Amino acid sequence: MNRAAWLAVLGAALVALPWVAGEFYVNLTSQILIATVFAASINLLLGYGGLPTLGHAAYVGVAAYVSALLYLKLGLAHWLSAPIALIGTTLMACAFGWIALRATGLGFLMLTLALSQVLWGTAYRWVSMTDGDNGLRGLTRPSPFGISLDGATAFYYFALAVTVASIWLMAKFVASPFGAALQGTRDQPRRMSALGHNVGLIRWLAFVYSGFWGAVAGLLFVYYHKYIHPISLSLTNSAEGLLAVIAGGPGTLAGPIVGATIVMLLKNYVSTYIERWNMLLGFVFVLIIVFMPAGLVPGVRRWWAVWRARRT
Amino acid sequence: MQFWVIQTLNSLALGGLLFLLSSGFSLIFGLMRIANLTHGALFMLGAYLGVSILRFVPNLWIAALLGGLAVAVFGGLLERFLLRKLAGNVLGQVLVTLGIAFIIADACLVIWGGDPIPVPTPQALQQPLRLWGFAFPSYRLAVVGIAVAAAIGLYLLMERTRLGAMIRAGVDDMQMARAVGIPVSKLFTIVFCLGAALAGAGGILGGPMLSAYPGLDADMLPLALIIVMLGGVGSLIGAFVGSFIIGFIYTFGVALLPDLAYVILFLPMIFVIAFRPRGLFGRFAA
Repeated sequence: MNRAAWLAVLGAALVALPWVAGEFYVNLTSQILIATVFAASINLLLGYGGLPTLGHAAYVGVAAYVSALLYLKLGLAHWLSAPIALIGTTLMACAFGWIALRATGLGFLMLTLALSQVLWGTAYRWVSMTDGDNGLRGLTRPSPFGISLDGATAFYYFALAVTVASIWLMAKFVASPFGAALQGTRDQPRRMSALGHNVGLIRWLAFVYSGFWGAVAGLLFVYYHKYIHPISLSLTNSAEGLLAVIAGGPGTLAGPIVGATIVMLLKNYVSTYIERWNMLLGFVFVLIIVFMPAGLVPGVRRWWAVWRARRT
Repeated sequence: MQFWVIQTLNSLALGGLLFLLSSGFSLIFGLMRIANLTHGALFMLGAYLGVSILRFVPNLWIAALLGGLAVAVFGGLLERFLLRKLAGNVLGQVLVTLGIAFIIADACLVIWGGDPIPVPTPQALQQPLRLWGFAFPSYRLAVVGIAVAAAIGLYLLMERTRLGAMIRAGVDDMQMARAVGIPVSKLFTIVFCLGAALAGAGGILGGPMLSAYPGLDADMLPLALIIVMLGGVGSLIGAFVGSFIIGFIYTFGVALLPDLAYVILFLPMIFVIAFRPRGLFGRFAA
C-alpha cells in the first residue's frame, strides 16, 4: 500500500471511531489528538530546526490560562477569547524567541527551560490571579456555529478537525521553501548564512510559528478539561511533549503522531495501575535515548526496508 | 530597618546556598559541555538524605558531609555508567539527566512522602547573634560563611593544584588536553562527583531555611540555570557573583512582591541576552 492508501485507512478509522468505541476511548483519542498537536509543534523546532526546546509547555499553559482568565474575570465569549489567547501567546513566543535564540544548542535549551519555569512558578504563586495550586475551574467549551461541544463525540470531531488542519498546515510549512531553509539552518547554519540566508530570522519565525501551534494545543487542552492547573506549565509537561517527538522520531511528520499516541497510552493505562507516572516518564526517556536514539518511526522504517530487501 | 537587615541577610544566605548548587553545575557545564538537569534533583536528594541521616546522627554538619558523599557517589555512578555511554551525543546526555531527575524526584516522593519535612537548626546556632542592636539569625550567617569557605576552597583547587590545572585545560581546549595526556574522562567523573557533592551538601545545609519538600528540585533548577547564564558558563567567580545577585533579587522579590517574585527573574536573563550573551564572567557563550 502506498502512502495515500495508509492515510485514507487512518482517516476512515478516526472518523468511524465514535461509532465503534465507547466514550472512554473517544475521550482518550481526543487527548491523543491534543498531545499530537503539541508534539508536532515541538517537532517543528527540534526536528526541522534542530532547536531542542524544553519549555514548550509555556505556550500550552499561557494560551489555556489566558482563555480561562478572560472567561472567568471578564466573561468574554469564546469567539473573542480564543483569538486573543492565540495572538497573546504568539506575541509571547515572539519575545521568548528573541531571548532564547540569542543562544543555540544547550544555551537555547536552558533558556527555554528557565523561561517556562518562571511562568510555572508565577502560576503557582500569583494566587489572586491563578488561584495557585487549586487551578481554575468552572470553565466551558465553546459552541462553534451553535453546535455544543459538551458531548464526548462532538468534542472529538472538533479536536480531530483542528488536529488535521494543524498537521496539514505544519506539513505545508515544512515542505515550503521556508521549511527547506529551516532544515538548512539545522544542518549547515554557517553555509546557509554564507548563502545569504538570515539564519537568526529563519529560526525566530519558526519559533513563533511553533509557539502559535503550541497555543492551539493549549486551547484544545483547556476546552477538553474545562480546568487549568500550573502543572500544565511544568517541566514535566514540556518533557512529555519532547519525549513524544524523540520517541516517534524527530524530523518526520508521522513521528510526533506515533510518539504522542505512545506517551498518552502509557500515561493513561499505566497510571490506572500505578501512580508513578513521573518515574515511568524518566525511565522511558532514558531507555529511548540509550537504545533508540533516532526514534521509533525511523527505526521501524529501517527494519521495514531491511525486511523488504530480504524478501525480494 | 530590621526588615532590610534581615532580608539582606536572607539574601546572602540564599545566595550562599545557590553558590553551592550552581558552582557544581557551572563546572560540569564548563568541562563536559552538558547541562546537568539532575542538579536540582541532587539538591533535593541531599536535603532528604540529610533528613534521614539526622535521625541517626543528630548533627547537621556530619549529615551534610555524609549526605554530600552519598550524592557524590550517586553522581559518579550516573556519569560513569550512563552519560559516558552517550559520549558525543550532547542532547542525548542532557535528556538522560532530565529523565534521571524525574526518577529521583518521584523516588523521593515515594520514600519520604508528600509533606514538607522541616530540618531543625543546630542547637548552637538557634540563638540570634545580637550586634549593634540588630538580631542576626546565626544559622544564616554560618551558611554564608560556609559558602565563602567553599568558594575559597574551590578557587584554590582550581588555581593552585595540579588537578585544577588539568580541569582548566579541559575546559579551555579538550582535544588539546587529551593530546597532551590529561585523562579527561577521569576528570569528567571527578568533576561530576564534586558538583553532585556540593549540590547534595547544599540541600542539607539549606534544610533549616527551606526544609525538604517535593518540588524543591523544580524550584532550584531554574535558579541554577539563570545563575550560570548570568555569571558565565564554567566560571567560578561568575557562579559566585551570580548566586548572590539572584539571592538578592529572589529574596527581595518574595518579600516585596510575593505574587510576582518569579517574574522578576526574567530581568537577569533579559540583561544577559541584551548586553552580554556570554554572561558576566564567561569566556564563551553557552
